[in-house]
Order: sequence, then C-alpha cells, then structure tokens
Amino acid sequence: MNELASILNIGLLQNTLRTATPVVLCALGCLMTDHVGMMNIGCDGMMLIGAFAAVMGSWLGGSWMTGLLLALAIGLILGLFYGVFVIKLKSDEFIIGVALNIFAGGVTTFLLRELTGQSGTFHAPEGNLSVLPRLNAAWLDNIPVIGQIFNNNTLLVYVSWILVLVCWVLLYRTPAGFWFRSAGEHPQSLRSAGKSPEKMKYIASVLCGMLACLSGAHLSMGYLTTFSENMSNSRGFIAVACVIFGRSNPPKVFLAALLFGFIDALGMRLQTFGISSALTSTFPYIGTVLMMVLLVWRNEQKKKKLAVSGLR
Amino acid sequence: MSENIVSFRHVSMQFPGVLANDDVSFDIRKGEVFALVGENGAGKSTLMNILYGMNTPTGGQVIIKGKTVERFDPSQAIAMGVGMVHQHFMLVPSFTVAQNVTLGREPRKWGFVSDLKKANAIVDGLVEEYGLTVNTRDRVQDISVGLQQRVEILKTLHRGADILILDEPTAVLTPQETEELFSVIRRIVREKHMTIIIITHKLYEVMAISDRVGVMRSGKLVGVENTCDVNERILASMMVGRDVLLGELDRHDPEVMDNDVAVTLDHIQVTDDRGLPAIRDISLELHRGEILGIAGIEGNGQSQLIEAITAMRPLRGGDIRIGGVSIRKMTPGQVRALGVAHVPEERLKTGVSAPADVTDNLIAGREKEKRFSLFRTHMKRKAVRQYAEELFEQYDIRGAGVDVPVGSLSGGNMQKVVVAREFSFNTPVLMISQPTRGVDIGAMEAIHQFIIDKRNAGCAILLISADLDELFRLSDRLMTIYEGRITGEFTPSTIEKTEISYYMTGGSKEAQA
Repeated sequence: MNELASILNIGLLQNTLRTATPVVLCALGCLMTDHVGMMNIGCDGMMLIGAFAAVMGSWLGGSWMTGLLLALAIGLILGLFYGVFVIKLKSDEFIIGVALNIFAGGVTTFLLRELTGQSGTFHAPEGNLSVLPRLNAAWLDNIPVIGQIFNNNTLLVYVSWILVLVCWVLLYRTPAGFWFRSAGEHPQSLRSAGKSPEKMKYIASVLCGMLACLSGAHLSMGYLTTFSENMSNSRGFIAVACVIFGRSNPPKVFLAALLFGFIDALGMRLQTFGISSALTSTFPYIGTVLMMVLLVWRNEQKKKKLAVSGLR
Repeated sequence: MSENIVSFRHVSMQFPGVLANDDVSFDIRKGEVFALVGENGAGKSTLMNILYGMNTPTGGQVIIKGKTVERFDPSQAIAMGVGMVHQHFMLVPSFTVAQNVTLGREPRKWGFVSDLKKANAIVDGLVEEYGLTVNTRDRVQDISVGLQQRVEILKTLHRGADILILDEPTAVLTPQETEELFSVIRRIVREKHMTIIIITHKLYEVMAISDRVGVMRSGKLVGVENTCDVNERILASMMVGRDVLLGELDRHDPEVMDNDVAVTLDHIQVTDDRGLPAIRDISLELHRGEILGIAGIEGNGQSQLIEAITAMRPLRGGDIRIGGVSIRKMTPGQVRALGVAHVPEERLKTGVSAPADVTDNLIAGREKEKRFSLFRTHMKRKAVRQYAEELFEQYDIRGAGVDVPVGSLSGGNMQKVVVAREFSFNTPVLMISQPTRGVDIGAMEAIHQFIIDKRNAGCAILLISADLDELFRLSDRLMTIYEGRITGEFTPSTIEKTEISYYMTGGSKEAQA
C-alpha cells in the first residue's frame, strides 16, 4: 500500500503534464491538417527540427525568446514546404510525411555537427542556454495538491492549454473554422461559395508546422535545454494516434494526450522501483496500440448496435 | 417581361480536342423559365458553366443585366445575381442546413465568431419567404435528396441570386419531388420575378415548366422556341437532328418456355458499408426469359441487392440460390462461374478499367481460356485482338478502335464495352444496373435492344434503373423497393408511373386500399 502511494504521488501528475505537453501541441497541429483533409504524419519530423531550431536560436540569440522565435519561423517554413508539395504539386500526403520524418533525422544530425562540431547531444560551450520561464502564482501555492500540480510549470504548458481552447473555438465557432472543415469534407462546396479550399489547406499546414515546432521547443528547452539526436522519440506519431483517437476534436485529443502522458510518466516512475527501463519505455507505445484497439472495437460495437436496431 | 436579362453573343468554348460551344447566340428574358435541352455532350452544361463563371469562353461575349462580363469567376457571377444549383450538390454533409446556406458569408458576432443563432434566423426567414420548407437545424447528411436540393436553392437565394440555373434538377428526384420543385419554381417566378434557366433532357418536363426552350446539338444552338409552339416530338427531332423518338423494341416470346426459376432470394438481409441495414427482408424469384425491373429511389437497397446476388457483399441473413445452388459461401468468381454476368452501376468504378485499352477490357474474365492463352500464362495477342474486334463490330461500339484506352470513349460507348463483355459470356442470368445512365439516346436504344435480345433468348434478367421510362419499356414484371423491402409488384402495362412512385416512397397496398 505504501509503495502504491509512492508511485501515485504528485510528482507523477506533474510529470504527466510535462510529458503530455509536446504531444498536445503537436497533436493540435496535426488535427488542423486532418480537418482540411491532408493529415500530416510528418509532424514527428517537424517536432524534431523544432527542437533543434529552438536550441540553436537560444544558443545564438542568448535568450529563450530567440529560441521560440526561430522554432516558429522554421515551423512556418516547414508548413509551407509541406503545403507546396501536397497542395500544389499534389503529392501523396503520407509519402511527404514519411519523407519529412526521414529528412528531419538527417538534417538535424548533419547541422548539429556542421554548426557546433558536436555530435549526439548538444552542450553549449558557454553554458548560456536559457530555459523556458516557469510561471508562478503565489496564491496557487496555498491550495495543497492543485497548487503543486498547476503551479510552476513552464510557459508552454499553459500556452498549450489555451491553444486547445483556441483551436476548438476556431474550428467549431468561427467562419474560418467552417471553411477549414468544408475544405476537408467537401472542397467544391467551399469553392462554389467563393472561398479557396487551397488557401485553407495552406493555412492549416502552416499552423501545423508552427505548432509542431513549438512542441519541439518545449521538448528541448522546457526542462533540459539540450538537443540530442532523435529526441522527438516518435512522440509525433503518438500525437497522430491521439488525433485519431480524439477524432480531431481538440478537447478530446487533449484528453488522449494526457492519457499518454500519464502512461509515460508512470513508466518513468516505475523505473525507480527497479523495473527495467527497457520495459518501461515501451509503455507509451503499448498504450497507444491499446488505445487504437479500443477505438476500432468501439466503432465495431457502434456498427453492430446500429445494424441490430435497424434490422428489427 | 420582354427585357433581356442574359445575352449570349457568339459564345464559343474550345476544350482540348472538343469544341463544346460553337458560336452560340441567344437571349434570356427577365422573369421567364427558360429550358435548355440537348443530348449528353451537346454543350448545355458548358454554356451554363460559362454563365456562372466557372469556364472562360474562348470566343464571344456574355452580357448580364446590360453589363458585359469581363472576368469569368463564380464570385463575380454571384455578385451579378447569378446562382447555380449543380447536378452534384455542393453541400458539406456534416454541416447543418443553415451552416451550408451561409457558408462563405456567415453572420458574425464580435467580429470573428460565427453567430449560429443569427444564421438559423436568416435561413428560417428565407424558408418562410420562399416557401422552401426544410428544417434549418438538420444536418444535410440526414435529409433526403429532394430537401438537399432545396438547401442548394436557398443557398443561391441567400447570396442574392435573381437568375437561377438548375442543372438537371430532376435527375435525382421522385415524381412527387419533381412536382414540388416545379411548384416552387412557378411560385418564385411569379412572386419574386426571378429568372430560371433549367437544363434538362426530359422533354415532358420542358413542356410542363418552361416558357421558352432552347435546343442544343453538338455545341450549336439549333433554335429557341416558345414552349407553347412546339411539342415533344418536334423538340426530340431538333435534339438528335433526325426524326426519332425511341422506337419499338423487338420483343417476342422467349425461346425457353419452361419458365424455370433461375434465382431465388429467400428472406435476405444485407448491410451497407457503414454496417447499417440496406436490405431488411427481401424474397423474390427470378424466372428465365423475363426481365424483372426494380424501381426505387437511389439508396433504398437496390445497389446492395445486386451486390448480394453477385456475392460482392456478404449476406447477413437468408439465402440466395442460383439454379438451386446456395451462394452463401461463394466468392464473386464462383458465382460468375455458376452463370451470372453483371453490368455494374458505376461503369468507371467497377465496369471498366479506364486506362486499359478496349481489347483488354473486352477480354477481361476470359484471359485464361484456352483459345486466348498458352498454359494459362501467356496471352495469345492475335486471337485476343481478333475476338475484341468481333465484339467491337457486333455491339456497334464507336470509337477510334480497340487499341485506345476505354477512358477515351464516350459514356455510351464505354457502357457498350461493359455490355459487350458481360453479354458475351452467354450466361443464363444477368444482373444489370443503370445500363444507360448518362448515355445518349442512340446508344440507349442499342443497349435496350441488346437487353431485350437476351431476354428473348431465355436469360433471366434483373434490371435496376433510376429511369422509370427505361423500366417501363423493358420490364416484364416490376417491383418497387423502399428502405430495403419490396413494397409492391406490378405489370408495367397495367400501372401508371405516378402510381409506382407512390410505392417507391414507402406507400403500401394496404395503406392505399
């Protein structure tokens, strides 16, 4: 009993938020592209490049702000790049996504060596990399558990929560959202309404690039301020899974990402209890697979129910 | 009344390889219903797409309300008061009626948020004003095709259109829905002084609804007439350029007289792609030497019926026997081998391989026969080609020869390729779905005669068609299908089309009695 309590402590919940945040941000980007009908599975690669750009930005510019700005700028370019290939040149979005992922691994490794002369993991020679600021509200500390969980997180954790809401409002409560969704579902009807579906797709793909790179920035500057090769560690794919699981609805996708974060945090926690890290690091991926199985099962049940009620 | 609202002046449209519009000039007057008729490919839709700004003509001018159109662009056309209801609806299925109507010009609050309440109110107002009854809060995917069409009309009205183009508006409607549409058209013309242009190839509709009619043939305008001065026969000969209506078919008693049951359906149940019941309970017998027509509004299970009989879709219940053999556990290939040929409803999707050449499409399914292949692996191209040429000749397929891709043929000839291939198997059972959809009148006549010949030779034929005229012309027996059930059985010669439509929309014999 004691052991259980020491596993399920507040630190676990703090870690949940920490590990979920990059997935949340990346998934928000990915669901934007899903709504316009060109789901970007390359967001894992975008995340990795974003992580690299953030570290480079903060190293060269000397501030976390330059890091964020560089990540966002690179994200914008990557989004445009994806858009040009998928929308203008009409390539298959999955192939471009896969290409992006492979490209990201190569280009970050290459640039890391070329620009810094280091390999594997980046250590700033002067040690002047700045971490994303943590937000603190004194009054929150007075509330026991909640204060500990919700206070003292890095900036992007709060930003991601706001963005979940913003994305939801954007997609379901603004004209632009209606245009987005119709561009994905029935582009001709949007065109006949005098709006360009291609424009919506470009905007979504740029938003996706920026959000994915923002998630990368949180990965590299949120707690560690270091970049290591392949540090996205397939979180982008987990984000894709969350988008599918949450049916591209921002709050539901957010919950799916939190669930993932919890499993991840639980895995790390169990390491301290002597369970092999090789095993615990598989938790998030096993969790993702189980989530997908659940999704398919749920759909099947729904189908059966409909069929039964209809056949009577 | 006589003020010209739209004028075409020497309009030409040259597509690569096709002159779709050739020096077309005529006027449309304010407040009239103008029907534009012609065979498929006569250039009606192209001309209207020019008016709606979707195509830029390669020659000539279009004048709308006294202004020459400078830039061809739908938003420009909308601004000038032109609205178009396309044949394929431009609606987002998961959006509500009001969301669809206001798409692109949503009412807002605080500058950036959609005001859904106001959208509903605006659309409710339009519904009220024009009498186009539809529930504005329903999702478009949940309402009938007839209502979806009203949503399309509402959309154009919301955009301020007073010139309304309807592209084959009745193709997807039941006779009742057509009648309702016509009364809506009459009302908005009378009360709102709108101008309606209706594209169609159904001549009785022209007579019923229009004030004037323009006839097009192979890109040219043949003539514009006052509807009261012409009749269907005159229009038909203007359309095809010769004096024909569909001729009599050579129908005689089938050669096989034993009247065997070829196919038995025993309380079958089938679900559609989404797992919803498509066929709830259907039992029927199909005899040799007869054509059994199935009449129904699309989406009531007729597609799944044929897919079930050809084993392309699994049975959820009941049994199907062909020549006494149950096909429950069979593959489509095994059912074919049993003697069932299939003319599928979507020729481009399941009927032909468009990029493959005519020869390959004609031979498909026979490629392992001894006379065409060596050791079932190597094709004897010479024999194959000769065979294809024979079929090409026999079924009067018109095109550049057997070596061109099927996709380059016209719809009618593409359909003839499908018919030629399937009929040449000489199977005792034929499943035919939408044999003449989008096919011109000449090819239609030929295909009808091929079908009748098969019947005369003793084939058991199940015919599904959205075209009631076709069903009445060909069928020996007629059944109506509604929501996956057979709602009635008739002899075509003893029943009116209007009565059939009553059963197609869920009426039953008991209810009428």
